[in-house]
Amino acid sequence: MTGLRSILMRREAGIALVIVLFCLAVGAVKPQFLTPNSLRIILLLVPLILIAAMGQMLVIVARHVDLSVGSILGLTAMAAGMMFRWHPEIWWPLAFPLAIGFGAVLGLMNGALVTVFRLPAIIVTLGTLNFYRGLTFILSDAKQIDRQYVPGALKAMSQTSPIFGIPWIILIAFAVAGLTWWFSMHTRLGRQIYALGSNPVAAGLRGVNVTRVTLIVFAISGALAGLAGIMYASRWGFVNPSNTGAGFEFQVIAAVVIGGVSINGGVGSVPGAVLGVLLLGCVAAALPLLGIPGTTQNAIYGAVILLALVVDRLVRRQGRAHPMVSP
Amino acid sequence: MMPFETPRNASPVRPVWQTALVRPETMTFILLIAALIGGSLLSPFFLDLSYILKSFVLSSEFAIVALFLTMVIIAGEIDLSAAANMALSACLFGWVQDAGLSLPLSIAVGLGAGVAMGALNAVLILGLQLPSIIVTIGTLTLYRGLAQVIAGDKSIRIDPDFVGLDDIFVAGLPAPVAIFVVVSVILALVLGSTLFGRQIYLIGTNETAARHVGVRATRIKAILFLLVGGASAVAGLMTASRLGSVRYDLGLGGELQMILMAMMGGTYIFGGRGTILGTFLAAWLLVLVMTGMIVANWLPAWQLCALGILLVVSIIATNLIYSRAQR
Repeated sequence: MTGLRSILMRREAGIALVIVLFCLAVGAVKPQFLTPNSLRIILLLVPLILIAAMGQMLVIVARHVDLSVGSILGLTAMAAGMMFRWHPEIWWPLAFPLAIGFGAVLGLMNGALVTVFRLPAIIVTLGTLNFYRGLTFILSDAKQIDRQYVPGALKAMSQTSPIFGIPWIILIAFAVAGLTWWFSMHTRLGRQIYALGSNPVAAGLRGVNVTRVTLIVFAISGALAGLAGIMYASRWGFVNPSNTGAGFEFQVIAAVVIGGVSINGGVGSVPGAVLGVLLLGCVAAALPLLGIPGTTQNAIYGAVILLALVVDRLVRRQGRAHPMVSP
Repeated sequence: MMPFETPRNASPVRPVWQTALVRPETMTFILLIAALIGGSLLSPFFLDLSYILKSFVLSSEFAIVALFLTMVIIAGEIDLSAAANMALSACLFGWVQDAGLSLPLSIAVGLGAGVAMGALNAVLILGLQLPSIIVTIGTLTLYRGLAQVIAGDKSIRIDPDFVGLDDIFVAGLPAPVAIFVVVSVILALVLGSTLFGRQIYLIGTNETAARHVGVRATRIKAILFLLVGGASAVAGLMTASRLGSVRYDLGLGGELQMILMAMMGGTYIFGGRGTILGTFLAAWLLVLVMTGMIVANWLPAWQLCALGILLVVSIIATNLIYSRAQR
């Protein structure tokens, strides 16, 4: 155990080192990068990814993957937006349980398809990615929810703060990360996720209810994507059926993989994933400052995913799992 | 073990018509006929052959790649990056010919780029032994992102000499459809009746066993990834020729259609099973379904939903058929 822990610690220290070096390098070229203001920009960029990354981390630790988080974000944000638009009389904080609950149901559907029909998660969630996006269009009649419908109090959560001038959404995101850390390290269910990911057969023999744990993992991922959906409405103040959440899954997966969560399952930690998200945020914040056009962002995410995979492979010389993992 | 247990292989040999019935291609064929009948009830235009051919041209590029992808899936791997490869090859081609390079050289650049992208996949998956799912998610993001870097948000016009492949008719078929048919026949022969083809099945069924009997699994898989890369580049250039211009979002979402064609044709997602005939039939089935949805005036959103559902249903059906046939 101490050996494993020391590797993990090295791993997270490595990511932290990369972040520091990256920031210093950018700061050497553009000194304004090393100011509290850009820290604020970075922290405002990351909450959505951070929240969804916590769910994705658990899914990947359990040896699956959830490609549908971007579409779940879009669909739940749209559901909340529809509530604001057509039923402004409803107390707006109820949008939180609505989006989170709806997201959990959508995630459960992924989990049910994966467990009941024994399908690979990648294909299931590729299907539901399109299915949920289609549903978003149908639900919204392909119309955007404009700024005037989103409650001012919700939008204010991205600006005002209860303490130290830190906006609500950042606090919520880090609270979610803290909860996920506690859940993954100190609860029976959390440890079962790791057991399942390390060796599904052995976990089943040791009494882990594989179906139940898999369902819960996907439901958590969906619920957190739902929370990210309502955050999106808060951060940007509008919900668009085609743009909201599109391509979000790649950022989330990139962040998690950078954070040292192994795609072979069973390995990964919340601090690592958080650092992965922060590194992604630093890169995203540095690009405009360095005069690199926004069109390069996707290429950089792709390169970063591959780089992280290669590093992970070189650090951990272990055998390869079959590409299609069935529960 | 009980002394008088009947061995598994003692079941009587079934007649040919029975084995034919439980083959997934038969199901695809029956559905194809059903789609034809259903479509003709929807609209009298539906049974017009030239209309169906015209509709097929729109998906023919994806269908060609799907044939190669079928072989990759049979070998137990997957490539989600093919549609992004199409976009990057086409954008590179458009970019260099716009910059003044001669047409043949530009074509060579496009095709070379496609093969190089296939090679990068192969190096990461086979050289570094990373899972193909997650690698090709990374390269999907990278290739599409690089296309965005090259083309920006603008579209690049294509040399008029290169435009209009779909207006050429070969033996009564539009050229893209004719190419699809020819490639299908060639690949069906390669996969069904050459040593190379049989080895692909062997690798997908049990890679360890295949290696033990001397099959060069790594080399064969590398060839398959290069083939998919090259085929994607050809498909990208064909799309460019049909559209007359290229943009970074060329073939966006194509990976869903390609995988759908393979899955609906009965290719087994866990490898080892599937035929070119199945994918060939499924490509026509998918086009009929999509055309039917357009004729029936379905909103694009509903079509997206339907394709997502279709993907999941077709895998479940294929798995069921195989599990029944195995008894």
